[in-house]
Amino acid sequence: MAEVLVYVDHAGGVVRKPTLELLTLARRIGEPVAVALGAGGADTAATLAEHGAVRVLTHDAAEYADYLVVPKVDALQAAYEAVSPAAVLVPSSAEGKEIAARLALRIGSGVITDAIDVEASEEGPVATQSVFAASFTTTSRVIKGTPVITVKPNSAAVEAAPAAGAVEALNVSFSQKATGTKVTSRTPRESTGRPELTEAAIVVSGGRGVNGAENFAIIEALADSLGAAVGASRAAVDAGWYPHTNQVGQTGKSVSPQLYIASGISGAIQHRAGMQTSKTIVAINKDAEAPIFDLVDYGVVGDLFDVVPQLTEEINTRKG
Amino acid sequence: MSLRIVVTVKYVPDATGDRHFADDLTVDRDDVDGLLSELDEYAVEQALQIAEDADDAEVTVLTVGPEDAKDALRKALSMGADKAIHVEDEDLHGTDVIGTSLVLAKAIEKAGYDLVISGMASTDGTAGVVPALLAERLGVPQVTLLSEVSVEDGIVSGRRDGDAASEQLEASLPAVVSVTDQSGEARYPSFKGIMAAKKKPVQAWDLSDLDIDAGEVGLEGSCTKVDAVAARPARTAGTIVKDEGEGGKQLAEFLASQKFI
Ligand SMILES: Cc1cc2nc3c(=O)[nH]c(=O)nc-3n(C[C@H](O)[C@H](O)[C@H](O)COP(=O)(O)OP(=O)(O)OC[C@H]3O[C@@H](n4cnc5c(N)ncnc54)[C@H](O)[C@@H]3O)c2cc1C
Ligand SMILES: Nc1ncnc2c1ncn2[C@@H]1O[C@H](COP(=O)(O)O)[C@@H](O)[C@H]1O
Repeated sequence: MAEVLVYVDHAGGVVRKPTLELLTLARRIGEPVAVALGAGGADTAATLAEHGAVRVLTHDAAEYADYLVVPKVDALQAAYEAVSPAAVLVPSSAEGKEIAARLALRIGSGVITDAIDVEASEEGPVATQSVFAASFTTTSRVIKGTPVITVKPNSAAVEAAPAAGAVEALNVSFSQKATGTKVTSRTPRESTGRPELTEAAIVVSGGRGVNGAENFAIIEALADSLGAAVGASRAAVDAGWYPHTNQVGQTGKSVSPQLYIASGISGAIQHRAGMQTSKTIVAINKDAEAPIFDLVDYGVVGDLFDVVPQLTEEINTRKG
Repeated sequence: MSLRIVVTVKYVPDATGDRHFADDLTVDRDDVDGLLSELDEYAVEQALQIAEDADDAEVTVLTVGPEDAKDALRKALSMGADKAIHVEDEDLHGTDVIGTSLVLAKAIEKAGYDLVISGMASTDGTAGVVPALLAERLGVPQVTLLSEVSVEDGIVSGRRDGDAASEQLEASLPAVVSVTDQSGEARYPSFKGIMAAKKKPVQAWDLSDLDIDAGEVGLEGSCTKVDAVAARPARTAGTIVKDEGEGGKQLAEFLASQKFI
């Protein structure tokens, strides 16, 4: 059976959920062979094996942390040459897309970014994408070379599918260009203890209507009552009320949770671009004409300062 | 020696308009109002600031696109860019990111450059990969997705705010940079700028000027193929209630009925 390369996104050996989703998709096309680079790469093997990786290729070098993107492209290319896979799947992070595109160019292939589904077909993998702020769905294929496809978080279920997951050392020699862009310092993000925005099952977002950084506490309280991640509109981020890393929309994160709750957000096209594919959408807005209400499964026309705390209290009461 | 900055700008259909596909499943660029991609305005802005700080610099804006893409160039020129290059050719219709990066890279090489500045993503394709592809093709460092950028003594440095960490990056020129919408508001063209732009040179190149075969680009040269396009079904109208004092409780009831609580 053909093998499929899966690029592993991990933090010091802890595999991020989107990679496990990629393994589910990879198994539709062939046998997943994972590539885990950097410190802790080998520690990913047990989790990857549990989810279907037949092999886990690892390589660690200082270059992965000290230089931007290119060392990882070199390594993925080495894996590609060693495996001759039927397809290469990469998580659709900003970095993942850059790695995927450069690999595709090097190996003479096409690249498809931000797929929300991947299916096998007689003519190779078929990728589904959601375009124009999620107002259209397209299906496409790579028709030259080996398909390289990046896949968004929450595009498939994580499934247990035990496989060997044998760890093998990958042979990598870095290209001359690998050290072109130096990372001179790195400040890790502080964890909020809340779920990762793009991976969360529930996202609770606030917009301009929240009217102040201090008021975001009521959005956070609602999020915590549901075990949700916190999002923000660009208006709230630009006002300095919430960090840009939490921005939902075209130039922020694109989320596709089971439940999205928007408070004090009008629903501009650029915001919709990042949340329109959520399964259930709920909005609280005092303007009955706000475009966000065109998307909702349930909407409350009202003041968020009344509705949100009451909702939070009711949830906490029900949970006992 | 003068610092030669090339800014890649894309002409895109207006996101607030009715964006759709043409019969051949390419993005319809004829029937929809277009404009300079808002995200590329940030690239123009940073180019102008870097040029202002340099002793001697020249900002060239470059687009690959149909006839109307001149509007995007005109806007960038009225913001303050010095000159423009428009690559236009019938055979470019339907080019994918790999092909677009080929055309841009050839044009950048022909124009001559020390620094390329791109937007973080086009607002229509939203791939966000062209800058990385340009770096790969040109064989120069990629310093991408910067929310802060500066150039000094032949070194470009900047901050990349990623998901897991915020990184400080550095590379020697020549290099390819892309900037995010966090890099600083783009200026509005002044009246004077708009008038001056009318006199600035716009060079037109086609594929033969760049020694590119028609077969390498366009729908024919594309490495990807769109098989089908479907409008997303409209969401079924939801329940909307007016808060009369119990709105939060009613919403909790809905969430419970959907098993979220
Ligand atoms: C290139 C580009 C990229 C962009 N990218 C993004 C992006 O990634 N994400 C994004 O979000 N936006 C993005 N935008 C901006 C977008 O166009 C909107 O400006 C933005 O989404 C508006 O945020 P908002 O809904 O919070 O604010 P507004 O549109 O001002 O809406 C605020 C809403 O709050 C309601 N409200 C006020 N007070 C209350 C109250 N007490 N109770 C209840 N409701 C109340 C109001 O009725 C109103 O509907 C982008 C724009 C451009 C041009
Ligand atoms: N046709 C084009 N002409 C000029 N620049 C482009 C074109 N396509 C993409 N770019 C540049 O590449 C960036 C990223 O585009 P993309 O990878 O398509 O999302 C844009 O912000 C532009 O700076």
